[in-house]
Amino acid sequence: MSAEPHYTPYHPRWYRRRVSVWWWLQNPSYAGFVLRELTSVFVAIFAAVYLWQLRALVRGPEAYADFLDRLETPPFLLLHAVAFLFVLFHAVTWFHLAPKAVVVRLSGKRVPDWVIVGLNYAAWLLLSAGVAFILLRD
Amino acid sequence: MQATVALTVTRYRPERESEPTFQTYEVPFRKDWVVLDALNHIKDNLDGSLSYRWSCRMGVCGSCGMKVNGIPKLTCAAFLSDDLPGPVRVEPLDYFPIIRDLVVDLTDFMRKLTKVKPWIIRKEERPLAEGEYLQTPDQLDAYKQFSMCINCMLCYSACPIYGLEPSFIGPAVIALAQRYNMDSRDQGAAERLEILSGHDGIWQCTFVGECTKVCPKHVDPAGAIQQYKLTGAAHWVKSLLLPWGTR
Repeated sequence: MSAEPHYTPYHPRWYRRRVSVWWWLQNPSYAGFVLRELTSVFVAIFAAVYLWQLRALVRGPEAYADFLDRLETPPFLLLHAVAFLFVLFHAVTWFHLAPKAVVVRLSGKRVPDWVIVGLNYAAWLLLSAGVAFILLRD
Repeated sequence: MQATVALTVTRYRPERESEPTFQTYEVPFRKDWVVLDALNHIKDNLDGSLSYRWSCRMGVCGSCGMKVNGIPKLTCAAFLSDDLPGPVRVEPLDYFPIIRDLVVDLTDFMRKLTKVKPWIIRKEERPLAEGEYLQTPDQLDAYKQFSMCINCMLCYSACPIYGLEPSFIGPAVIALAQRYNMDSRDQGAAERLEILSGHDGIWQCTFVGECTKVCPKHVDPAGAIQQYKLTGAAHWVKSLLLPWGTR
């Protein structure tokens, strides 16, 4: 690749506009995009809490009981409520974007978008049911 | 039905102004008029100094792309009746330098387009006597959508990434590269890979998805980019596992 990027030569009379810092507020779908990108922060927080839980588990029953107590405090409940909403938004938006990236052709015909989205939801339901089964059985 | 509609149009006359301003014109409202008709009315009857590009009036040439009430559109396909009661704001496409009024400079796109070699590349050209390269309807279907691009630049104007990272090769260039990559007659995918997976290629895209929404020809550049991300990632994994296999 020729590493040099090619820009239009400078022409003093042409007007070049700067992109506003608030570009993402100009259009609702830009705001949605930024929100979707921000969900990754909450996914990361979720993962960090899990790691912390693992550490507590390794340190023994007392540390684990402490950890559970900590989780029941209002700041943690609030954090989890907000994170849950963001993670939900993350999952749903990506499910709906999946057909753009995944093009499946069956006997020459492209599989319709709603099938790809539906399969994502089905997999989600199936996995959630599996987790629920493991957690709820006695 | 209202008799007239106001058009607020960007004016930039570099010999007179240091930055763009707006000028409002009152034009007759007709149900069958598009924004381009209103601009032509202004040019013919109200103010001959207004500059803008247009040609075919039927969504084929891709010259008349502008922002209508903030959304990149072909003005030949944007009906005034959709924006009643007005005023209708008409601005040049975003992120390209403005030459005059509604006319922007597209050199940046033209340079990037040639980089991905948007033509059929053959390792060995077949002699003419052997006849044409045949293609089945399915093989045509694989790339036809991407071949509908008319280079109207609406997707660039809708892409905030292109605005923030001007070196990004952009939606239409990637879709047009895919148009040739997916063509059964083409053998040049490896030559395009370097540009497409390079620093200014597909990985700059964070999938805003607006390019696809504004595309008047349903090319789906966002789809082309995401699909190529899979190809690019697969190629990278292959080159890690089988360094000799990807030559």
